[in-house]
Amino acid sequence: MRHLRLLMVFVRTSALGELAYRANFFFQLLQSAVELATAVAAISVVFSYTDTLGGWRPDEVLALVGVFFLVGGAIRVVIEPSMEQLIESVHDGTFDFTLTKPEDAQVLASIQRADLWKLTDVCLGIAVLGIALARLGTRVGIAQVAGFCGALVAGGIIVYSFWLILATLAFWFVRVGNILVVFQSMYEAGRWPVNIYPRWLRFGLTFLVPVAFATSVPARALAGGLAPATLAGAWGLAIALLVLSRLFWRAGVRHYAGTSA
Amino acid sequence: MREFAAIYLQQFRTTFASFVQYRASMLIWMIWHILEPLVYLVVWSAVASSGAGSVQGFAAQDFSAYFIVLMVVNHVTYTWVFYEYEYRIRHGGLSGALLRPIHPVHADVIDNVSSKLITLPMMLLAAGILAAFFHPVLHTTAVSLAFFLPALVLAFSLRFIVEWTLALAAFWTTRVSAVNQAYYVAALFLSGQMAPLALFPPAVREAAAVLPFRWMLSFPVELVLGRLSTAEAWEGLAAQAAWLGAALLLMRAVWRAGVRRYAAVGA
Repeated sequence: MRHLRLLMVFVRTSALGELAYRANFFFQLLQSAVELATAVAAISVVFSYTDTLGGWRPDEVLALVGVFFLVGGAIRVVIEPSMEQLIESVHDGTFDFTLTKPEDAQVLASIQRADLWKLTDVCLGIAVLGIALARLGTRVGIAQVAGFCGALVAGGIIVYSFWLILATLAFWFVRVGNILVVFQSMYEAGRWPVNIYPRWLRFGLTFLVPVAFATSVPARALAGGLAPATLAGAWGLAIALLVLSRLFWRAGVRHYAGTSA
Repeated sequence: MREFAAIYLQQFRTTFASFVQYRASMLIWMIWHILEPLVYLVVWSAVASSGAGSVQGFAAQDFSAYFIVLMVVNHVTYTWVFYEYEYRIRHGGLSGALLRPIHPVHADVIDNVSSKLITLPMMLLAAGILAAFFHPVLHTTAVSLAFFLPALVLAFSLRFIVEWTLALAAFWTTRVSAVNQAYYVAALFLSGQMAPLALFPPAVREAAAVLPFRWMLSFPVELVLGRLSTAEAWEGLAAQAAWLGAALLLMRAVWRAGVRRYAAVGA
């Protein structure tokens, strides 16, 4: 609860900063809309030649695009800016100030910066998801929505933990800004159903860079095609990664020397 | 001319040496260039094998060939200057370049070529590995192969000049990311990055052929795949040369107008 209040404080301060540049909101909205239109156009080109893609019907792939934008937007709103800030502050030593504050440093570091205009991606993602849901119609019941929410939260935890582990590498290697590109580029593969990829790539997208759990798995849950075992597996991985990232974090902070501040 | 060559050689030596320092981050950035065509390769192969076995004459193995060749050609021809130019202008970094007695475009050409020399072997290795996984089938003929090299050089030159001119938009606006996105989307569909142009409706194909996009990327790929007749190959080279001439004229005009607006803030 206290952490949530803290997040709201950070959001409010970055909102105050951003509101000075309101025109940015419209440009961000325009860019998000163009990106979405591009994604939909790509789907429609593909589905002009086929009825199903790896067993996914067009509306199901549309739902996947919605999830892709929703999760991608959430990453860009708070995870990406905060982690970039973390890497930078380890680099120039200002991470000292995070450590001296009377609150868990991992929580502070994870929410320290928010890029609010990127919420446009989240909103458009939800809108696309709504359209896809309406077109899927009666096949989506309470059970599917519950499975979707469960899978989405697990996917969110997995993605957060993975980013934290990547960013925590900064404590050892200092210059790791480029490594974030690994996730960003792999995430692009998540806009298509993960089961169309050959086995080695599917394995990579599921376990090495866990993109599938944040995109394909929730979208599949919505269309009702998710085995309970997969959902349980997603939650198992989420908890394991959360614990692992915490251990990583603590080892990293112990290693931190705060040289230049 | 001899003097010019000496300048190029010296600048090339220093740039290359400094880029070698950053080889690890260059390798990380290559993931973009491998993954994007790979994703479309997989998508289109899935489409081809789910339906009648082929799409507009492309079977799964033809898609493999198309996207693996596209990956290499895209890597050879890509540029990144339009992501940086706003920074150079806003922070005044351009002022230093203006003091040199040589057009700033040359330093960017050398940057580009130096970085490609470091990454291209890795890209060819990646293409080889992907070829082992996806079994591409090429219908290359000796004639189409002979056309490939000039087509590739022209494609690189054309794309470089077009994108360098695009970068100059930063003289007029700070919203370059919107400009760059518009260009990226157009190139995604019209240069054959998302799918072979043959798969698009006739109107899109026409637009791609009239605009410079096909000539910057798709055309050399089509040549390697052996999908063009000799007459079409000659026409393609002519179109590339014509667009290159037009792009050079445009670049000169835009550069002159832009430099006049340049205020060197912050330098």
